[in-house]
Amino acid sequence: MNEMRTLPESNTQAILQLRNLKVQRGEREVLNVPWLEVMRGEALTIIGPNGAGKSTLLLTMAALLQPAAGEVIFNGRALNRRWQLQYRRQIGLVFQEPLLLSDSVFNNVAAGLRFRGIAKAEVKRRVNDWLERLNIRHLAKRPARAISGGEAQRANLARSFALQADLLLLDEPFSALDAPSRTALQIDFQRLIAETHQTAVFVTHDLEEAVMLGNRVAVLIEGELRQVGRPDEIFAAPADMGVAAYVGVENILPGVTLAEEDGLVSIALDGFQAEVVGAARRGQRVYVCLRPEDIILQLEGENPRSSARNRLRGRIRRIVSQGALSKVLVDCGFQLTALVTRASMREMGLETGMTVSASFKATAAHLIPRQ
Amino acid sequence: MELIWEGIHKAIQLLISGDDEVFAITRLSLQVSGVATLISLLIGLPLGTLLALGEFPTRRFWISVINTGMALPPVVVGLGVSIFLWRSGPLGRLGWMYTPTAIIIAQVIIAAPVVTGLTISALQQLNPRLRLQLLGMGASTAQMIVVLWKEARLPLLAALMAGFGSVISEVGASMMVGGNLRGETRVLTTAIVLETSRGMFAIAIALSLILLWIAYLVNLALTWLQQRHE
Repeated sequence: MNEMRTLPESNTQAILQLRNLKVQRGEREVLNVPWLEVMRGEALTIIGPNGAGKSTLLLTMAALLQPAAGEVIFNGRALNRRWQLQYRRQIGLVFQEPLLLSDSVFNNVAAGLRFRGIAKAEVKRRVNDWLERLNIRHLAKRPARAISGGEAQRANLARSFALQADLLLLDEPFSALDAPSRTALQIDFQRLIAETHQTAVFVTHDLEEAVMLGNRVAVLIEGELRQVGRPDEIFAAPADMGVAAYVGVENILPGVTLAEEDGLVSIALDGFQAEVVGAARRGQRVYVCLRPEDIILQLEGENPRSSARNRLRGRIRRIVSQGALSKVLVDCGFQLTALVTRASMREMGLETGMTVSASFKATAAHLIPRQ
Repeated sequence: MELIWEGIHKAIQLLISGDDEVFAITRLSLQVSGVATLISLLIGLPLGTLLALGEFPTRRFWISVINTGMALPPVVVGLGVSIFLWRSGPLGRLGWMYTPTAIIIAQVIIAAPVVTGLTISALQQLNPRLRLQLLGMGASTAQMIVVLWKEARLPLLAALMAGFGSVISEVGASMMVGGNLRGETRVLTTAIVLETSRGMFAIAIALSLILLWIAYLVNLALTWLQQRHE
């Protein structure tokens, strides 16, 4: 939340601003966004688990869902019923399912332009241009129901890009596609966004996609906007437990700060004293967050391979294979989860019940205050 | 058996020779039911659209009213319209009782709920997110509705034909409010009832063949339109 408060009160670069937005479904509040800005030219991704309210947020941004309270401000002007249509003609909307009309591909891509009353020649030029850019020019005359899912989603993107809208809103546009189509379209999409400097808000539950496509990431959990920032900021420094758990920080260890000196904090964990780079007062209760890939496992008695400050002994409780990587759960008095490659697994001959040493660097951990 | 063969034989002769009265009755039937269907469309399409897409508290109630209306017995409609158009009734002064206008009114009351009800189901079969998609693409409400009608054109056409079918074959209401007056309000169905009761089977069969032919053509047109889009 601190991230959001540090943003300036009003920013001339912001194309869309949400203020104190609350959305209700019946009596239940499903969305609470005190502040969110979309900057001109940026790609903002909204991530969060299923049911977090991402689609609700996007529909509210599209003026298709009426908030119970708060404002949606477009180019400095608050949305209201009177100019909603005018606003909707300055944005584009892409859903997960293509929702094409039973008409030709060309007419589908032209539909939004025709709603706007754009001249025939210009419609033709733009439609052909975007069919070309999305590699579906050859399908122009085909009935939309006779093309594949991947092609249909390309047509769907073409009809939104062709609008040359000030803002594109996309709700998981690739998640219904098979893996090869998805990858191909993600790459094309990324390139087109960069080429056209298209401002876009992109909802996804796929972290990799969020990082790949977003200049900034907003994390939505249980209807609340928990953090907004660059992808690396969010992965390295999650704002709270919920975000940490969602972005894959699997080791979240409760502790109490013992001392702080020169930016190095000593923290008492359950039976272990950790040294971590960060800021915390003495006596403060904190969570130490560690990503599993930052935990280094070695066989007992082996010479330390790294200069990691924190080193613990533990017994392997369980090994979960995940293809090329394995998760190793180590009991050090508290549980630590480490990520190990298949090659290392074989080399060290790791097995359940073995005693190993686990280490992590002082810089690998991230501190979150705890109540 | 002889009665049937003789009847069919005479009926075909009648049709081939182009009997003026049979022709006039057929034309009136088509006119009355055609106009009634058109008016039902003008009522049913907007009303059905409002009930299918609108969001207001009494919506479900009105849909149940329409569904009940789809099953209105024509004789009950005939009774209701008669009461209103009767000389001493509320609309008696108009002098519409026993005129084609009276039949049209009764047939609209029969067909409009059919067209409305089937319009509702035609539009509700569409993906509800299509509306959001169209609005999100910058469609005004009117533009959105036109696109939805286009998307649902086949079931909407079926609704129209079902409306026409319900009134072209209806006899109770036409008889009661039209009076089956020769040369004025005699339509195919009322004429068939009359000729049968008089034992004039040849004419009755001839008229029935025409009625069946009309029903067949309507269905043929519908089937053709549906196949064309497959």
